Amino acid sequence: MKQDSSIILTDINKTYNKGKLTAVRDISFSVEGGELFGLIGPDGAGKTTLFRILTTLLLADGGSASVNGFDVVKDYKQIRNCVGYMPGKFSLYQDLTIEENLNFFATVFGTTIEKNYDLIKDIYVQIEPFKDRRAAKLSGGMKQKLALCCALIHKPDVLFLDEPTTGVDVVSRKEFWEMLKRLKAQGITILVSTPYMDEANLCDRIALIQKGEILSIDTPEKIIQSYPVKLYALKSSNAFKLMQDVRDYTGTETCFAFGDALHTTFKSGEEEILNYLKSKGHNDVSIDLITPSIEDCFIALLKN
Amino acid sequence: MEQVIKTEKLTKRFGDFIACNELSFEVGKGEIFGFLGANGAGKTTAMRMLCGLLKPTSGKASVAGYDVFTQTEKIKMSIGYMSQKFSLYDDLTVSENIRFYAGIYGMRTKEIKIKTQELLDELQLQNEAKTLVSALPLGWKQKLAFSVSIVHAPDIVFLDEPTGGVDPVTRRQFWDLIYHAADRGVTVFVTTHYMDEAEYCNRVSIMVDGVIAALDSPANLKKQYGSENMEEVFYQLARKAKRSDN
Repeated sequence: MKQDSSIILTDINKTYNKGKLTAVRDISFSVEGGELFGLIGPDGAGKTTLFRILTTLLLADGGSASVNGFDVVKDYKQIRNCVGYMPGKFSLYQDLTIEENLNFFATVFGTTIEKNYDLIKDIYVQIEPFKDRRAAKLSGGMKQKLALCCALIHKPDVLFLDEPTTGVDVVSRKEFWEMLKRLKAQGITILVSTPYMDEANLCDRIALIQKGEILSIDTPEKIIQSYPVKLYALKSSNAFKLMQDVRDYTGTETCFAFGDALHTTFKSGEEEILNYLKSKGHNDVSIDLITPSIEDCFIALLKN
Repeated sequence: MEQVIKTEKLTKRFGDFIACNELSFEVGKGEIFGFLGANGAGKTTAMRMLCGLLKPTSGKASVAGYDVFTQTEKIKMSIGYMSQKFSLYDDLTVSENIRFYAGIYGMRTKEIKIKTQELLDELQLQNEAKTLVSALPLGWKQKLAFSVSIVHAPDIVFLDEPTGGVDPVTRRQFWDLIYHAADRGVTVFVTTHYMDEAEYCNRVSIMVDGVIAALDSPANLKKQYGSENMEEVFYQLARKAKRSDN
């Protein structure tokens, strides 16, 4: 591993319930300084466990990890000073106002809102009109922005964001990723997790993670390039019948709905498939060879 | 087509704030109806009125033939409801959960027994009947929660972001269950933040600032807004929202 890596994990293991439940198994990867790195996977994959270990809130059973060169066990105090953490569950003070929450976190880290205002300005101006409102009374989108401001107020070197966009609508999700891009441009290393596969493309590198193990780790482009077979998109006016017929076809390897198309892999050639579908009464089927999405890749990796 | 949800200028005000402003739409029997909108657009308020949990300020609406002002108890008996946040009791077993919900809806003991077996077979959970729900993987829980929500054969089932947090394969298996239910004539009223799922609906409505800004089949909406997919349609409509919760 390179020395200038900002986050390094080596063979991290963690179990719960006296060893009965494995949360993460032999996880190793590193995040470079200034990188925007995504942990992509469903609930129960182990994403939050990794965040808690890296932010020194949970001890691993085995393995080692460091953040900014500091060991997560020995140097936990230094780590807490140089990282920002936005947990998946809203964890600010409900009975403090927006401004009071922000002031509180600034004070805890020995700084002031004014001193680091530049860093949060873009985000804070959107919630500033409501700065006297208590956190408990904020909507989901506003809470999310306040939590991000509080995680940034001490100008951390590394930012940990655990599912910041879960349950958030498409428009707010796009805005949130725009904010992350601007933070990255200021040199902050960002480790972010998400269950939305389409957000993977916005990261420099990603780890696809499922049931405590990494399925693949690389740039989104390279993960897509390594998709093992040809992938086709099938469309017809009767999408539901098409899906049933494609699934019944013996030459079909896998078939999953993606919006209005069926992403399908076959054992046989295009000609044969079209003939079969015609025999089933599908006269308006289109079939196109397509570039897989990260979600296609994730599904293919789950199969193995 | 028989209409199982009908609303006419359905409105809900909270003081000066108009959460839902003159909603007028119909949903047909067996239809999969996607109910989309930005956070804060008024979706939850609308759903609560349709479920008989919140009295509208003005307008008209009927659900399964019952009036949302005067027949809310009858509505509750005719609908199913599932959300990602509230669904099953973690400290009851799989079959206890089924028995509990079926009992609440007034099903007879004998009927419940038959239905329980049917349900376990359909979900291939025969070996898990006596397992606590807390011990099930999230994907199984969601499938079970959905099946339990329609255990009393309601006319309509309301699904509030049912597929959050599961892997992409499980998410699609969940939609297979939705299609099967719709095939049997159950009307499905569903909200989601996954825009690819909007494409699986027969029709989709998109709420912006308390009004229904668009309502049509996904194909027609894409044509109308010159978009490749539903995400672009949604984005075009929702980014204009003045009242958002951001």
